Amino acid sequence: MLTAASALAFKTADNGYKAGDMATDFKLKNVTGKTVSMADYSSAKGFIIVFTCNHCPVAQAYEKRIMALDQKYAAKGYPVIAISPNDPVAEPVDSYANMQKRAAERKYTFPYLIDETQNITRAYGAQATPTAYVLRKTDKGLTVEYVGAIDNDQEQSNPARSKFVENAVDALLINKKPTITESKALGCRIVWKNS
Amino acid sequence: MVLTLSVLKVNAQVKLITNAELQEKISKPDTLYIVNFWATWCGPCVNELPNFDKLQRVYKNKPLKVLLVSMDFQSKLKTALIPFVKKHKMQADVYFITRKSDQELIDQIDKSWSGALPATLVVNTKKGIHKFYEKTFSYTELNNIYQTNK
Repeated sequence: MLTAASALAFKTADNGYKAGDMATDFKLKNVTGKTVSMADYSSAKGFIIVFTCNHCPVAQAYEKRIMALDQKYAAKGYPVIAISPNDPVAEPVDSYANMQKRAAERKYTFPYLIDETQNITRAYGAQATPTAYVLRKTDKGLTVEYVGAIDNDQEQSNPARSKFVENAVDALLINKKPTITESKALGCRIVWKNS
Repeated sequence: MVLTLSVLKVNAQVKLITNAELQEKISKPDTLYIVNFWATWCGPCVNELPNFDKLQRVYKNKPLKVLLVSMDFQSKLKTALIPFVKKHKMQADVYFITRKSDQELIDQIDKSWSGALPATLVVNTKKGIHKFYEKTFSYTELNNIYQTNK
């Protein structure tokens, strides 16, 4: 059986984006068949980029919350863009066709893009799904304002949970900096293609 | 969230542990500790678990302790973790780690840990060895880890 993770050297968390870094744009295929870039969004103030996927039970546990983020923040200028980072050969549940199926079934209101070369995943430094990046538009480009877990309560058992992404975007919307700019994201390691 | 301890009393195969208890356990000298962090929801974790179990089996009379520490959903203990462990009859000790916050636990285990599973901690206090790996392990690789750090 193919162990996609073993052959390829892993990226340490140090290599990924941290708050304060500039984030690269992308041109990735959406489930609609068209490509999507952040540059397409002329009126957005920023973005909630979520590396997520079909197969991972943790990503599944967060799916409704990811959809809710777009419901809440797209109209306020911070739309969600979901990116599936995994190798569909090693993980067929994450195939493009299955992504299309899921996005349609759940009625995603946001792009669900496939990172076919995994170059964007590498650039952002995501290690697991789901991982969120809150980006803010500046005249110099897109700054990373938050990296990490969506909240600190996978199982939604704690009403007093810390909603990291919501708190970050709420702060940015009133021209403040997020108080928490990073957190660790417990999830399924990214399924890397073999070299 | 209240943990139904009665569930775990019935099942001696999965022991509850806190991070503090884990750190105390693996700091004992004269033993090599290989701590694998896994979950039933993690496919690659489940695939490599037999390699860890085999290592414990092969070296069961040596100063090696393999600990399989589950980061499963607490709400799925009865429905996921315990049935899994019952089915697979493992040689190595299986633990469920209780925590208030995943983020806090991840940083306590190792500051460099991204939080992705699987991950493995290798500790030999007598030899001053403390290594953390974010990768899967074949049996050969685990055997090398044992030979290098024992």
